[in-house]
Amino acid sequence: MSRLSESGQRDPARPDDYIDGRSDAAADDRSADDRSADDRITGPKLGAVEWLRWFWRQLTSMRTALFLLLLLAVAAIPGSLVPQRTSDPNGVAQYRVDNPDLFPVLDSLQAFDTYSSVWFSSIYLLLFLSLIGCVLPRTKHHLIALRSQPPRTPARLSRMAGFTTRPAPDTAGDATDVAPALEAGRALLAKSGYRTVLSDTSVSAERGYSRETGNLVFHIALIGILVAVGIGGGFGYSGQRVVVEGQAFVNTLSAYDSFNPGRFVDENELATYRIRLEELRVTYEEQNENAIGQPIDYTAEVSTDAAGESATADQIKVNEPLRIDGTDVFLLGNGYAPTITVRNPAGEVVFTDSVPFLPQDTNLTSIGVIKVPDGLDQQLGMIGFFYPTRATSDAGDFSAFPDLRDPVLSLNVYAGDLGLDEGVPRSVYELDTDDLTQLSGRNTDEGGIRLAPGETQELPDGLGTVSLDDVPRFASFDIHHDPTQGWVLFFSVLVLGGLLTSLFVPRRRMWLKAVPDAAGGMTFEYAALARGDDPALEAAVTDFADRHIAALDSGRGAAAATVTTAQPGPRERI
Amino acid sequence: MTTASLDATSLLLLYGAMAVYAISFVSFAMDLARRSSTGSVDSRVAARVLATSSAAGATGARSGSTTTADRPERPRSVAPRPVASQRAPISLRVGLSLAVVGFALHLASTVLRGIAAARVPWANMYEFSMTGTLLIMGVFLLVLLARDLRFLGTFVTGLVLILLGISTVGFRVDVVPLPPALQSYWLVIHVFVAILATAFFALGFALSVVQLLQHSREAAAETAKSVRLRFLATLPDAVTLENLAYRLNIIGFIFWTFTLMAGAIWAERAWGRYWGWDTKEVWTFIIWVLYAGYIHARATRGWRGSRSAWLSIIGFSAVLFNFGVVNVFFKGLHAYSGL
Repeated sequence: MSRLSESGQRDPARPDDYIDGRSDAAADDRSADDRSADDRITGPKLGAVEWLRWFWRQLTSMRTALFLLLLLAVAAIPGSLVPQRTSDPNGVAQYRVDNPDLFPVLDSLQAFDTYSSVWFSSIYLLLFLSLIGCVLPRTKHHLIALRSQPPRTPARLSRMAGFTTRPAPDTAGDATDVAPALEAGRALLAKSGYRTVLSDTSVSAERGYSRETGNLVFHIALIGILVAVGIGGGFGYSGQRVVVEGQAFVNTLSAYDSFNPGRFVDENELATYRIRLEELRVTYEEQNENAIGQPIDYTAEVSTDAAGESATADQIKVNEPLRIDGTDVFLLGNGYAPTITVRNPAGEVVFTDSVPFLPQDTNLTSIGVIKVPDGLDQQLGMIGFFYPTRATSDAGDFSAFPDLRDPVLSLNVYAGDLGLDEGVPRSVYELDTDDLTQLSGRNTDEGGIRLAPGETQELPDGLGTVSLDDVPRFASFDIHHDPTQGWVLFFSVLVLGGLLTSLFVPRRRMWLKAVPDAAGGMTFEYAALARGDDPALEAAVTDFADRHIAALDSGRGAAAATVTTAQPGPRERI
Repeated sequence: MTTASLDATSLLLLYGAMAVYAISFVSFAMDLARRSSTGSVDSRVAARVLATSSAAGATGARSGSTTTADRPERPRSVAPRPVASQRAPISLRVGLSLAVVGFALHLASTVLRGIAAARVPWANMYEFSMTGTLLIMGVFLLVLLARDLRFLGTFVTGLVLILLGISTVGFRVDVVPLPPALQSYWLVIHVFVAILATAFFALGFALSVVQLLQHSREAAAETAKSVRLRFLATLPDAVTLENLAYRLNIIGFIFWTFTLMAGAIWAERAWGRYWGWDTKEVWTFIIWVLYAGYIHARATRGWRGSRSAWLSIIGFSAVLFNFGVVNVFFKGLHAYSGL
């Protein structure tokens, strides 16, 4: 590596400890030591303003940015080790059960909300503050650089990278009149995208300003992503809703099973539309012996009507959400919702509903709860086990295939106080059997109640009858509204574009200088300076020297005639 | 042919490729041993040759190599070898030829697996390892066209062998259809680019390791201490290795950035949100930040050289962790290991 002096070359707008590829590791270590020595000396005498300035300088230094980056990487790890409330709430609940002692400690450290925790947030906010502190002065500096000319040619080019000399070809006229040759070189550089400035004895050129532009775009776009994500979180919402075949869902707050609004969402102003689930078609693998029963396709046939429009038929599939009225509707779950009817001894219907059962395994063995609070002598609770394709082993019933080949519903019946009248919210998917008496089930004398579709059986103790009318499927929909996700995508594209430009566009200065040689002729000197990683720098110098000499050789007389009056070149494109 | 017999043929070819890689590995290792004995003549002389021999490196010892691009303007890109030998030594040539043969078998095996499954061959961990190692080898061979990095042959064939061994024993699964969540063209884009990034990171990692070894050798040579791993004297100096590692790593970083973005777009379509701190997302993010740190380290005074090399090594370790451990042992939405 070329060991170049850094003094005078450093960008004033860069952090103090920024290097851009012009020195090697040894030099870096030394200057880092020097710097910390400076800090020690000036440290104790600082006033408030100086302290602030010192703090700001520390915050915006490269080392701090690097430290914060690595800290961010480390801080993100815990969130992958323990379940997170946002992505896996059931996992958190299970963790609490499994580790009752550890849970409160971790919870107080916000380990289950890692990515919204105080410590994680402060790291990335500091990082972005550091980023802004770095980007602002650099942007200002770069805007000025974009409008200014390349710096003057250094006195001694021999210390620069790729230093090359070529004897000047014989010219027709005065050997010391180098102006035409320099102008030819300037024109060559300008054609290669350099911004050039011509002086009496040299050409100074610089190219690759877009490297810095790309760098700034990259960093500013990162800030853009952060802001867009933040705003999107405040104005977006997401909700879940289970819909049984033949039923409809209206996009209002009360229709959701669960709803997570952003801070600024007006819950009464949701987009109004209705989605009716006509049919959920599921295809299972039946040929490949390694994957019997694996789902191949889910297709939800729906009809939608947005406000004031007639119903249209649509499809929702996994990977193919329905975009409607500024919201996106995703198909994320499915299962069976057996339609169960309970009648009292007089034959009057006291309960009838399609009850979504929660799938327990890949063959859709499902568990559901039926609560019948009114109409019978006692309040009745039932825990149902549903097997789409019933099979039996020593351990009991199980499902052998997820489709409805031999569906059976098995019910355990409980009687007593369901606890619904106390005003305490109860999950519809759970039955608290502590205060209930089991009337029937696998472990009782009565045995369990088993129903195939269309069948009716007596409830124990002459309470009435229960029947399984039908087994429709249910679909679980996620409805999302995120007003800024398009912006996030936009900034992400900028990030990628900025990154590509800043890493692969070489920024370099190139010089051509004419010096008299001992024989009374002229010698051309060529050299360059890389600003940032530039593997092809030396090749570029040699290439330029070759092309320059070739241009002089070929266009000797003619070129000289046309350019003798040339003045220092106008500014070229970036 | 049926799916099963195609898959069986694919596996057979893969075993063949592994056998060839194994011999290639031995051959490359013998080359390193040879370098050590050459280096022992006078490793400090060799080191000095290395430091100053742009001319020797550019003009000597390169005629036998078909893989070295002729670029005299970049002398540092060439690993100077003893000027005496005009052709590349036989162990090196055998190693490289076998690596190419192994790659061809490997490629055929991967393509057959794809045909057997009637989709891209990277939908579970077995296939991901298969295509991933294929790309590591492919990128290595491709880079050889521009730079003489044959000294990495031992590392690359060794790494590919180990990964293939683990995946055939531990991750091997029969062909099964794609679950609905994976039925998307993003599977082709997102996962392929991720694998490509991994391949570049792997080579960057290898160069960083050699860089660290070289760095300590150079430090020892300065104090005239005796030097172990004498083959290092025949390799490029630490600064050159660092620059090469950096270039490979930034290409990997670009691909990784794209992976992250494509993943987010796909996640939005499949799961309804573009980012949800799923375990795999977290680790992809961690890797991105680590390599971003690596790139910053290169521009931070006091962090060039060995420190940034360590970051590159940590970064690739995180990549391996993300693939080997997060896939299998962590709970998350990316549950596609097929295990």
